Amino acid sequence: MSVVTNTTTIGAIDAPSRRNTELALVIFAVAISVFAYANVGLALNGELPSGMLGYGAGLALLGGVAHLVVRRFAKYADPLLLPLATLLNGLGLALIWRLDQSERLLAHPSFAPAASKQLIFSAMGVALFVGVLLLLKDHRILQRYTYISMVVALVLLILPMFFPAQFGAKIWITIPGIGSIQPGEFAKIVIAVFFSGYLMVKRDALALASRRFMGMYLPRGRDLGPILAIWAMSILILVFETDLGTSLLFFGMFVVMLYVATERTSWIVFGLVMSAVGAVGVASFEPHVQDRVTAWLDPFAGWGTHPASEQMAQVLMSFGSGGTLGTGLGQGHSDLILFAANTDFILATVGEELGLAGVMAFLLLYGLIVERGVRTALAARDPFGKLLAIGLSGAFAIQVFVVAGGVMGLIPLTGMTMPFLAAGGSSVIANWALIGILIRISDTARRPAPAPAPSTDAEMTQVVRP
Amino acid sequence: MNKPLRRVAIFCGLLMLALLLRDNWIQYVRADELTNRAENRRIRIERYAHERGNIIVDGKAVTGSVEANGSDFRYKRVWKDGPLWAPVTGYSSQAFDSSQLENLEDGILTGNDDQLFFNRTLSMFTGEKKQGGNVVTTLNGAAQKAAFKGLGDKKGAVVALDPQTGAILALASTPSYDPSVFAGNSDKDSAAREKLLKDKDKPMLNRALRETYPPGSTFKVVTAAAALENGLYDDIDAKTESPLPWTLPQTTVPLQNEGNIPCENASLREALRVSCNSVFGKMSDDLGNKKMIEQTDKFGFNKEVFTPVRADASIYPEDNKPQNAMAGIGQASNRTTPLQMAMVASAIANDGKLMQPYMVAKRQAPNLDDVYTAEPEELSRALSGENAQKVQQMMETVVKDGTGTRAQIPGVTVGGKTGTAQHGLNNSEKPYAWFISYAKTDNGSPVAVAVVVEDGNANRDDISGGGLAAPIARDVMKAVIDSKQ
Repeated sequence: MSVVTNTTTIGAIDAPSRRNTELALVIFAVAISVFAYANVGLALNGELPSGMLGYGAGLALLGGVAHLVVRRFAKYADPLLLPLATLLNGLGLALIWRLDQSERLLAHPSFAPAASKQLIFSAMGVALFVGVLLLLKDHRILQRYTYISMVVALVLLILPMFFPAQFGAKIWITIPGIGSIQPGEFAKIVIAVFFSGYLMVKRDALALASRRFMGMYLPRGRDLGPILAIWAMSILILVFETDLGTSLLFFGMFVVMLYVATERTSWIVFGLVMSAVGAVGVASFEPHVQDRVTAWLDPFAGWGTHPASEQMAQVLMSFGSGGTLGTGLGQGHSDLILFAANTDFILATVGEELGLAGVMAFLLLYGLIVERGVRTALAARDPFGKLLAIGLSGAFAIQVFVVAGGVMGLIPLTGMTMPFLAAGGSSVIANWALIGILIRISDTARRPAPAPAPSTDAEMTQVVRP
Repeated sequence: MNKPLRRVAIFCGLLMLALLLRDNWIQYVRADELTNRAENRRIRIERYAHERGNIIVDGKAVTGSVEANGSDFRYKRVWKDGPLWAPVTGYSSQAFDSSQLENLEDGILTGNDDQLFFNRTLSMFTGEKKQGGNVVTTLNGAAQKAAFKGLGDKKGAVVALDPQTGAILALASTPSYDPSVFAGNSDKDSAAREKLLKDKDKPMLNRALRETYPPGSTFKVVTAAAALENGLYDDIDAKTESPLPWTLPQTTVPLQNEGNIPCENASLREALRVSCNSVFGKMSDDLGNKKMIEQTDKFGFNKEVFTPVRADASIYPEDNKPQNAMAGIGQASNRTTPLQMAMVASAIANDGKLMQPYMVAKRQAPNLDDVYTAEPEELSRALSGENAQKVQQMMETVVKDGTGTRAQIPGVTVGGKTGTAQHGLNNSEKPYAWFISYAKTDNGSPVAVAVVVEDGNANRDDISGGGLAAPIARDVMKAVIDSKQ
């Protein structure tokens, strides 16, 4: 409602900023997260966890600082984005801490407690969020860096190829002393900037200089160049980094933005055909991808013989055992998944302990973020802002779909993580930056336009009843 | 640009919808299937998460539950006297699932059964620790001990029933095993189980329920019952039409008797007393295969018995004339479980009424409230009361001054029948010693027993129902009678 008012009504001097709504929702988000944290402690040890105060204070501080910065520097921003991110981040921390308590996981060699680290990562994420809002006074500034973004994105995407594969996929770069970074998460944002800048300039050429063929607009050969280049890059990522998720994410994001920029349905058809060809082609010879497909087709067939299938079977049993309402936090056995239980498969813990209801709630939270993003794109007044907002929210939606769909066995599993929820620094930091940019765009979009000069004609047009 | 934006929004909505539908599919539609899959370790974690309820004999638990360390299974099953009770309880192992009562009554023992719903809901509010319920069996500790003591280190089985209710009083199978040795989840448990499975004496085979033997001469009481029921003979003391030697139909081979015993035209009573093959072989032949099958059906043959632990079906198959004649003396293709022969003895002792054998008397909630009490149930009318009493008289003569004298108990009327079942090609293997019997007091019959001993070590000539098996039956019957006083 407010969007409509703010963007179409002219003349409201002091449009509601909705900052107080946001504050109330942030407090609510922090409260829910602290409640979840307490719940885990009560279920596992029968007492309130000792770290609860620190955790609650930390989360409240993060949410509070983020809110104050938004209040000061992005007054008219969308009031839902920040509370949603805070809630997901806070619940993610509670879930990670819950899995840290699992004796079964602690006994597993690949596992290390991650909650305190994750809190630091969250702080870094919020710091980046604050940085974005402070430094980026107007999102249109980013337009200047279109081609630099392209170079940065390419470097980020290509870098992992030179680092050894971890767990079957080359999506990490390892910096000694600091740890591993997943550059793909950051590349997601940078490449959205590049696409937006590029498409804003080229969209007329792409949309109009085309021939009609069988009811579809076919682009000219030379205009096909960019999409072919991006497609080739996605395939290369898939082949050299064996990462279906990242590849799908970039290609999907590009097709969405291309469609929005040109309004030509033919791009969608092209995009679908090309991604299908790419995925099937690569899956037919890449063993890592084949493994995932086998596990997806019949997880239980490979019990005891095929580790990827067995893991998928464990994930499905975890979801199934949760049922409608779940076992309650701290009382499930999602730790039976063992490897990557608190990263890629953290949604299974939600499924088992919070049940169908919990997973649906989480999916709706993600859906709301996407919805606010799309709404921001609709409200944005400049094409660059529109493209950037839809690119980021589209990428976010595709990522949630690819990860959640993979974990729930809807599509083959890929190596990406649930935004904000899963343990892992890159993901949470990059996604806070993403939310920061969306907030900046929405602030610009919802900021009331300066009042026009009063029109004397307005009164003349009144209908006078006889 | 807003039109495509709206379409993208719809597309994102569809992605979310797909996720929501998929989630409903795995967490609602397939929830039960995924929860109860054999691969799902949660079932076993849950089974051992709380103190498991006990299996109770004579008011005392024969099982226990101890806290085990070093695994996600918190409690471990233990047995007070494993080998003695393994044929009744079965095993319950963290690593290897469970069997028999431990398996069938798992819901009660873990406390998850629907019968405990009210109880469970109540303790959810009172905050009581979750606990399993108990299963109270019908077994008689003294009889069970007597059975094991009698069998000793010989291979065999004993089943004792209360003829008036069908309650199982003793259920022994030797050699037995201690389920405690593989109740856990360690390599040691695996090794112990592996050793038991490889043992050529098959200690984990429940011979009382899951092994069928040729019944030998004990089957003659069934043939006698069939003859009386079908009106072939009425008077057990009148002469029968039994020439000696009697040639098996369609052959030239005479049916041999054991030694030079007075079998020519012997009365039913006399023929059973000395165990005449020729008389009962001809009787079975005179009745025919169909009537014999009808009679065995009435005794509960030819189908599985659920006590509730499953017992294999004892069989009396359709067969040709000579085989049917041989089956009449228990030496052909008919095979029975020890439980089945105890059912035969108990039906005769209970004046022809066969009761359904059962071993669960009560199920108790964790707070010891009864949630189920067994009601004795008539399985079938095996023979008329009058004819049953005639067979009783014959069996009592066997014990009084026939082949079964070693089953006598001073001051108690005992009826019985011996059997020495030959088996193996051309009688090459050592025979099985059988004895079925019942005791009778003023209040009807309190116990019927079937004993089978398969002893490879004994001297061949010593193996006879009267010698090896009858004393075991006597001790078991005596234990039951003594414990009732």
